[in-house]
Amino acid sequence: MENYYIFKIILVVALFVVSLVVAMYSTFAERKISALMQDRLGPNRAGPFGLLQPLADGIKMFMKEEIIPNVSNKTLFIIGPCLAMTTALMAGVLIPWGGKIELWGETFNLQVADLNIGVLYIFGVTSLGVYGIMIGGWASNNKYSLMGAIRASAQMISYEIAMGLAIIALIMSTGTMSLGEIAAQQDAGLANIVYQPLGFLIFLICAFAELNRAPFDMPESESELIGGYHTEYSSMKLGLFLFAEYINMFISSAVIVTFYFGGYNFPFQNEINEALGLSTNIATALGTLVMFGKIFFFIFFFMWIRWTLPRFRYDQLMRLGWKSLIPLAILNILITGVVMWMNGKLN
Amino acid sequence: MQPLTNRSKAVLKKEMTFAEKLYLPAIINGMIITFKHMFKKAATIQYPEQKREFSPIYRGHHVLKRDDEGAERCTACGLCAVSCPAEAITMQAAERKEGEEKLYREEKYAANYEINMLRCIFCGLCEDACPKEAIFLTDRLVPTEFERNDFVFGKDKLVEKVDDRVDVTRRQTQNVIDFKQNKKYSHNK
Repeated sequence: MENYYIFKIILVVALFVVSLVVAMYSTFAERKISALMQDRLGPNRAGPFGLLQPLADGIKMFMKEEIIPNVSNKTLFIIGPCLAMTTALMAGVLIPWGGKIELWGETFNLQVADLNIGVLYIFGVTSLGVYGIMIGGWASNNKYSLMGAIRASAQMISYEIAMGLAIIALIMSTGTMSLGEIAAQQDAGLANIVYQPLGFLIFLICAFAELNRAPFDMPESESELIGGYHTEYSSMKLGLFLFAEYINMFISSAVIVTFYFGGYNFPFQNEINEALGLSTNIATALGTLVMFGKIFFFIFFFMWIRWTLPRFRYDQLMRLGWKSLIPLAILNILITGVVMWMNGKLN
Repeated sequence: MQPLTNRSKAVLKKEMTFAEKLYLPAIINGMIITFKHMFKKAATIQYPEQKREFSPIYRGHHVLKRDDEGAERCTACGLCAVSCPAEAITMQAAERKEGEEKLYREEKYAANYEINMLRCIFCGLCEDACPKEAIFLTDRLVPTEFERNDFVFGKDKLVEKVDDRVDVTRRQTQNVIDFKQNKKYSHNK
């Protein structure tokens, strides 16, 4: 039992570090990818290929003057970015990062906690993320911030519904709400994307909206709201808000991969592992690597979309959410149900 | 109303088809375009190490040339000042003294010669007007200053150094030399 706790603590710390490092280099990747897509070079001065740029940005953020507006509610003003960051880091514990691992003569799952209602937990935690934005925007006592916060909360609430409905169809076809099991089920069979293509599309679009990323970056929208909810923020508080966004991106990529793309599984993995005679630990490491490859692809995808599409208008955003995605998601549930009934899986 | 050009188009406001309403094909097209751009050559010029090459007829910082013996060519005739549309050039003429033949090529020279770089529009008319091939615009950049008065460049900044000549051969194409020296033009008689 002691080993169990030690392993979990190591895993939590590792997860924390990995999330931060991935988020750090996502900022770099974002700048580099946007530059490449616009026929520029991007940051290339700090270190080889500009690889130390995130560090330079971080130091710059810390060195900046910290301004708390006089008219703001100081407590809430400080709680806002903390909350955004905390909730961003909380969702990672549920994701199965790999298969089984053998340590000290015991077998562990490479997952911090496998709740049997994991999907619900993820939803709960990610929706808490909007509180950071709302509280920050409200406490700033600034019209732009308030507008950004209102937009963020309305957008989150609207898209949460479609996202939830898309997930219901997934839960119907997998029959479980535990992320560990969802990942394990895709071990030998096909990935869930094959059974739930429409659900995946809806989930992906909603993920963009939940992350407040372009084309749904209404809460920030530099050109209209001069930064939206973080207009009044400076120094590392601003840094935390921006950083939380990238951690959220990492986590939601991981969630998408787990839900729809087989998580740490890859095609013919059992055959490959047997043919190469890999031990459990190495096979798990391979699976984890594959999973990170998939996650990085989705992070790239988020950035790809951001630098391709312009921002939606707010009424277009609401129309898409309420009039297109929610009916589509309900239709998806219906289709899933009918197909399951025809296959005799409904009792 | 009579159209001004033949390029006007009638605006169509037709109903979108189902595929167009889905937006997804259009989004995928856009993504293909941005993806292709990732492999295109960047237009960046990495400034301090790399410099953009100037056009051969780039008109930058003026130079007052010396002749092969190192004597100033300018005779303070004032044609450049007259031709200058921005009235940026002023000068004061002086007579060459005994023993100054090495310094000034002809009997008259410019004691003061000033160009106000804030007025100058770098049109190059002074260069065209000069009958002595004394003033040229070069491919050097005008340095930045903090005070307005510092932009009035005197002879110290305009006349080329004897041991550090400014190359203007790129501006002296055959057309230019012909224009300056051919006696068939009235301005060269």
